[in-house]
Amino acid sequence: MAQAQDGLLATPLADRHRALGARMVEFAGWSMPVQYAGILEEHRAVRTRAGIFDLSHMGELFVEGIDAAAALGYALVSEPAALKVGRAHYSMICFPEGGILDDLIVYRLGEERFMVVANASNSAAVSDALAERLVGFDVVLDDRSLATALVAIQGPSSLGVLAPLTDVPVADLRYYAIAEGRVAGVPALVARTGYTGEDGFEIVVDVASAGTVWDALLDAGRSFGVVPVGLGARDTLRLEAGMPLYGNELGADTTPYEAGLGRVVKLGKDGDFVGRAALEKAEADGPRKKLVGLILRGRGIARHGYGIFAGDRQTGMVTSGTLSPTLNAPIAMAYVAPSDAEPGTIVDVAIRNQRVPAEVVVLPFYRRAG
Amino acid sequence: MVAQNLRYTKEHEWVRVEGDLAIVGITDYAAHQLGDIVFVELPEIGRTLDQFAAVGVIESVKAVSDLFAPVSGEVVETNSELTSSPELVNDDPFGRGWMLRLRIGDASQLDSLLDQAAYEDLTRES
Repeated sequence: MAQAQDGLLATPLADRHRALGARMVEFAGWSMPVQYAGILEEHRAVRTRAGIFDLSHMGELFVEGIDAAAALGYALVSEPAALKVGRAHYSMICFPEGGILDDLIVYRLGEERFMVVANASNSAAVSDALAERLVGFDVVLDDRSLATALVAIQGPSSLGVLAPLTDVPVADLRYYAIAEGRVAGVPALVARTGYTGEDGFEIVVDVASAGTVWDALLDAGRSFGVVPVGLGARDTLRLEAGMPLYGNELGADTTPYEAGLGRVVKLGKDGDFVGRAALEKAEADGPRKKLVGLILRGRGIARHGYGIFAGDRQTGMVTSGTLSPTLNAPIAMAYVAPSDAEPGTIVDVAIRNQRVPAEVVVLPFYRRAG
Repeated sequence: MVAQNLRYTKEHEWVRVEGDLAIVGITDYAAHQLGDIVFVELPEIGRTLDQFAAVGVIESVKAVSDLFAPVSGEVVETNSELTSSPELVNDDPFGRGWMLRLRIGDASQLDSLLDQAAYEDLTRES
């Protein structure tokens, strides 16, 4: 069980983070490592070698029963029934009004068994919403978030590090596939998913086994130059990869279409689902705003909340921004009016009392080779 | 490491006096707190700064921080190396990571700054 400390939840790896010299911060009610050696160094390690991440704060919700696929098809915007066993997809759970409650990954572990992984910040809300929406279906919802740890390894060396540690044939595990087996001798789910834009694996184990897996990955990773990576680099990595963050790009006031993720909504699936009417209307009406990538063409870093202008008219707002370590340029994701969303459009970002030009670009900013 | 012949502000700027000029930067303590520094915005040459006013910006990957003037004076030079290499502030905060030189307006203002021992006390408490 996660322990409460100063009012914050601690992951099973907390002592290890401190021993590694991690700077800890509060995130979604958890005490989490934001950095170890430094954000830039950790970011570059993931892009060139590999890094390991403690993601035990995330939510793991298991849905099992005869109606599992149908129930999730009602509760979510995607169609879990279409997943083969051992496959996963990116999805969203929306409000009846069409706004986003959370973005998540749905993994099919069996004909009647699914795992839903939710953001730490929304874990309880997703659990509550699923409990409500699953009423009437022949399923059991088992929220195992506090009993489950998640360790990720991400980067081009991930496969080389993990393969000798597991009986899961990870070399043959496709992107967005999941398999059950053992890692470092302990029972685990191994998924080829991640939030960095690199190859990598997310390993789900009981909290009691988290240390064993972490230690084994660090140890096996030593000769590959594997380092521990905190939430700071996790954010710069996902931003370069054009991946949204709930609370920044996604929220209750945003539809999947506005976030450029309309492909996740399966309006063609059978039966009603929560938000169907609102999302059908949103799709027909067209977006009120569009999510774009920006590269700043002047000096300055765009940050969450900064205004975006087309001439004197405010056209939108920055949702996430940083200095991209890979591009060595300031990048951002932002919502702008659809008329200003064409790639190549130059807009101005208001940074303190100045306007800095930025170019609209197609996401992602970074795509891995091969 | 805290260099010996400097004075400091509570906001972790250091000052080294050279004749009628003050060289200003931020301490290794501040640089470490900020993390990787990726952007530095300095005041224009010729601008007159007031003591303790926010006169520039230091940005790390995750955060934006103000640079405060330790004494009043006119900016005579800024470190142009920081435009392309902001990481110099992390690597060598008292040397190549210097930020600006100003012509001191009122030398008595230096007395209101922290000396070596007082700054070490401040950072030890934090």
